Amino acid sequence: MTREEVIADLQSRFGDDIVELVDKSHNRVYMEINPRAITWVGTYIFRDLHARFNIASATDMPHHMEILYHFTIEDIDLMVNVRVKLPKDAPKIHSLASAIWALDWIEREMHELLGIEFIGHPDPRRLLLPDSWPEGVYPLRQDYREWDKTAVRDRGV
Amino acid sequence: MGRTVIPIGPFHPLQEEPEFFTLTVEGETVVDIDVRIGYNHRGIEKLSESKNFDNSTFVVERICGICSTSHPFAYVRAVEDIFPVEAPPRAKYIRTIIAEGERIHSHLLWLGLAGHFLGYNTVYMWAWKLREEILDVMEILSGNRNNYAMFRPGGVRRDIKAGDIPAVLAKIDSIVPTLEMIKKAVLDDPVLHARLEGIGILSRQQAIDYSALGPTSRASGVARDVRKDSPYGAYGELEWDMIVTSNGDVFDKAVIRILETFQSIRIMKYCLEHLPEGEIDLNLGEIPPGEGIGHIEAPRGETFHYVKSDGTNRVIRHKVRAPTFMNLPTYKSTVVGYTISDATIILAAIDPCYCCTERIAVRDTHDRKIFDGNDLIRLSREKTERIRRKLGYR
Repeated sequence: MTREEVIADLQSRFGDDIVELVDKSHNRVYMEINPRAITWVGTYIFRDLHARFNIASATDMPHHMEILYHFTIEDIDLMVNVRVKLPKDAPKIHSLASAIWALDWIEREMHELLGIEFIGHPDPRRLLLPDSWPEGVYPLRQDYREWDKTAVRDRGV
Repeated sequence: MGRTVIPIGPFHPLQEEPEFFTLTVEGETVVDIDVRIGYNHRGIEKLSESKNFDNSTFVVERICGICSTSHPFAYVRAVEDIFPVEAPPRAKYIRTIIAEGERIHSHLLWLGLAGHFLGYNTVYMWAWKLREEILDVMEILSGNRNNYAMFRPGGVRRDIKAGDIPAVLAKIDSIVPTLEMIKKAVLDDPVLHARLEGIGILSRQQAIDYSALGPTSRASGVARDVRKDSPYGAYGELEWDMIVTSNGDVFDKAVIRILETFQSIRIMKYCLEHLPEGEIDLNLGEIPPGEGIGHIEAPRGETFHYVKSDGTNRVIRHKVRAPTFMNLPTYKSTVVGYTISDATIILAAIDPCYCCTERIAVRDTHDRKIFDGNDLIRLSREKTERIRRKLGYR
């Protein structure tokens, strides 16, 4: 499939779930979708379009929590970036990790650092933060504050 | 048979990096493995949010001490992707030269370490001695053996002087015979064949499912390389071969890295001989609001940077993904079923770089004291004094 065919295919197949599709440059496409559609859109791009999963970037935005899943279809040099916007008070989305192994670690990372819940993740243990880190404190959120008042911080030189 | 759990870490005794493996073994055979990372978080992603676009280049350069150019390279391409703009031709060639020089020394470093892990210290000594020559080349080009500080969004920071080029080319030519010797010695060595062939096999489908990167996936027959698939820098204008093998074992991963150094030498020489004239920097000025993605082929695989800008002089989100983050989870498929002694080299075969994988600020909450450099020097001096007193020195 060519680049144009891929974009047309995504539009016809997931038209109802696509909120916005931005054709930014010759090798970047940004597609915002309805969060409930992530499992079938993600699996379709990975399995049927033979894309490689690059990574997912989660951002704490002023009014919502955003995840951008980056997939690259290397045969046509096209990076498809799938964006979902989640409510800030209870960010929840279905896990892709059981369908695509490559998402295992990054979903754990996003859960620990930004507090996004991945429903149905096969292995939701801690990966990065220490066991003594309190529940419900997410260090990459914009409203993160120092919680351990007694800690001595190395301010560097 | 009873099961035994063998902890390796949190400070790996051989790789000297902070990671914690738990091997479950039955007799000699590994039946399960788990890993914890996060022992050395440095808060790079958060730190980058407090730096301006130019300063962040230096921050990301310090993510890794070995592939110190791949992170700035991916980062500056992410910033350029916000516009999007392309660097001037001369800057692209200079970037390519630096990136390939880094690939050579990184692969030689891995080869030496792999030899060391196998108890084959001759390879270790050879490879690291040869690596010094490449570091000298990098010092001539950039003024530094590592952390070159050559990149900036929109171009490069420093030009390559025409007067330096003949000396650099001569130096590169002089290392080829030694590299040939190492290649023959390693690839024809029956001991290494016996030790490395058929262990730690990652199948093609597994490599795709894990989205494994770089030499780890190319050894399993996945012909993917960002330099070919999405050419950046000068790679689109050059002739070079992608090295792909099909067995997916540790030996193939070694073969890929050794043969890739020859391709890197080829690319480096071509770029130095055909360096275009012209500007080296676009002088981008203000960065518009928007988002950009930069991905490049680092020695260990694709390095990925995502930058989100709101039009001020700082990023609002900077996501860094080092190749080891995708390559390390393949251990689940490659280690189970082999013996403990194989596990060491299988885990090293992806050329892991744990410190790159960890970028988030975490403190020790049990022992609230964090030692800085001065504390360590003081402790070390006190210990020396104690030993001197004990031995009766004055």
